Amino acid sequence: MIQIQNLHKSFGPLQVLKGVNLDFPATASGASGITAILGPNGSGKTTLIKCILGMVIPSEGEIFVKDQRVKGNWSYRHNIGYLPQIARFPENLSVQELLDFIQDLRGTGGQPEPLIQRFGLEPFLTKRLGHLSGGTRQKVNLVLAFMYDCPLLILDEPTAGLDPVALIQLKALLKEEKAKGKHILITTHIMDFVEDMADEIVFLLEGNIHFRGRPDFLKKQYQSRKLENAIACLLQKMPAPSGGGVAILED
Amino acid sequence: MFKIFKYSFFDLMRSRWSLIYAAFYFLFTIGLLWLSNDLSKVVISLMNVILILCPLIATMFGVMYYYNSREFVELLLAQPIRRSAIFWGQYFGLAASLSLSLVIGLGVPFAMYGIFQSAEIFNFSILILNGILLSFIFSGVAFFIALRNEQKIRGFGLAIVAWLFFAVIYDGLLLLALMYFRDYPLERLAIGASLFNPIDLSRILILLKLDISALMGYTGAVFQKFMGTGIGMFLSLSVLLLWIVVPGWAIRWVADRKDF
Repeated sequence: MIQIQNLHKSFGPLQVLKGVNLDFPATASGASGITAILGPNGSGKTTLIKCILGMVIPSEGEIFVKDQRVKGNWSYRHNIGYLPQIARFPENLSVQELLDFIQDLRGTGGQPEPLIQRFGLEPFLTKRLGHLSGGTRQKVNLVLAFMYDCPLLILDEPTAGLDPVALIQLKALLKEEKAKGKHILITTHIMDFVEDMADEIVFLLEGNIHFRGRPDFLKKQYQSRKLENAIACLLQKMPAPSGGGVAILED
Repeated sequence: MFKIFKYSFFDLMRSRWSLIYAAFYFLFTIGLLWLSNDLSKVVISLMNVILILCPLIATMFGVMYYYNSREFVELLLAQPIRRSAIFWGQYFGLAASLSLSLVIGLGVPFAMYGIFQSAEIFNFSILILNGILLSFIFSGVAFFIALRNEQKIRGFGLAIVAWLFFAVIYDGLLLLALMYFRDYPLERLAIGASLFNPIDLSRILILLKLDISALMGYTGAVFQKFMGTGIGMFLSLSVLLLWIVVPGWAIRWVADRKDF
């Protein structure tokens, strides 16, 4: 599905990604499902995601999505549903007009209705986007990201501003999408959400992959009941108490 | 590109600012028509307003619109469309909505006054055409400046400096140069220098049409003397169009290489 080869990215003197190699195979053999991309602030999570989406142009290295080269290409994005971190839309359009707009851009096949129902957006369809609350805008954002049947979903902080009901709906939706065999990449700082949802963690530190593996494996390594604590230990580069050393995959 | 253009245009046309902008022109034109009762004089008065205001408003709106839609652009960039389609669509949507506000604001009072039965219709059309060209040119320049500068304050500052340069400073510098080198033949220099300023070009275009080029002083007089009305208008119009094409191309060049 995604192959990232020796990805480097610098912004001026600041090196954000330093030779990232990552492979999400297209088959449903373990690596498919929900992958949480974690890391401290400035570790390169957003840059990595934006490189996959073609928003940030890599300084070096190659990315392929469904065997299509990302560089200089745009049609591969038919395979991607993206949820940006900040939900801001043209203020004078209504929700329905925005949905029509994106469908106009992407072509037929979008199915927003079940999602509108799921997130209870019917009363807001005719309202202007500038008049909506942050949480409602995030729901619209979710509808836009999920309404196409894309094999790859990239979600940047999907839980931001959601009320508990919508959060439960989002979790259910993610499970359904996963069951369809989709790849879902998520960045978030909410470790409970990662613990609940993620099949795999990719932990970025200083522009490189520091750990890749299952969340329970990480917890076991650090003998921690909570993922949050295990991640904190990982962040401080503490040795694992279980003796065998931390399963750090320095790619 | 047309799809982005369509939605940017509709979004902007519904904005309060488009309405205020159109209402200003509407009230101002009605006021002038009511006070002077002479269409030709009103066209000249409006020319002076348009030459300053259209570039200023297009510059401000251009920068503001880019920064306001910054997050939405990220969503658009993740869609299967070309980068140039996004930014050209937004740019043309903005310029077209500003132009429509101008056309409505000026057009309705003149139409009510009976411009269609008047001989001034051609002069009025040139005035509108100039307003539209200036809106396109300066919103393009502003979009380019905003694209190049991630910092809002810096972008706003540079855009205002660009407007100030073309609206005020450029003429001042040109005049100083002409005064300083007045012993030399400077006609060609003056004409050449005017080509680099879209506001000067618009002024030349309107005044050549109104056939009162002596009123605009040195540059206008030599412009008409050297080229005559026909060639002068053709030349200034072509260079004005070039002023749209070059920033438009620059927007694409920057957008294709930029990290978002």
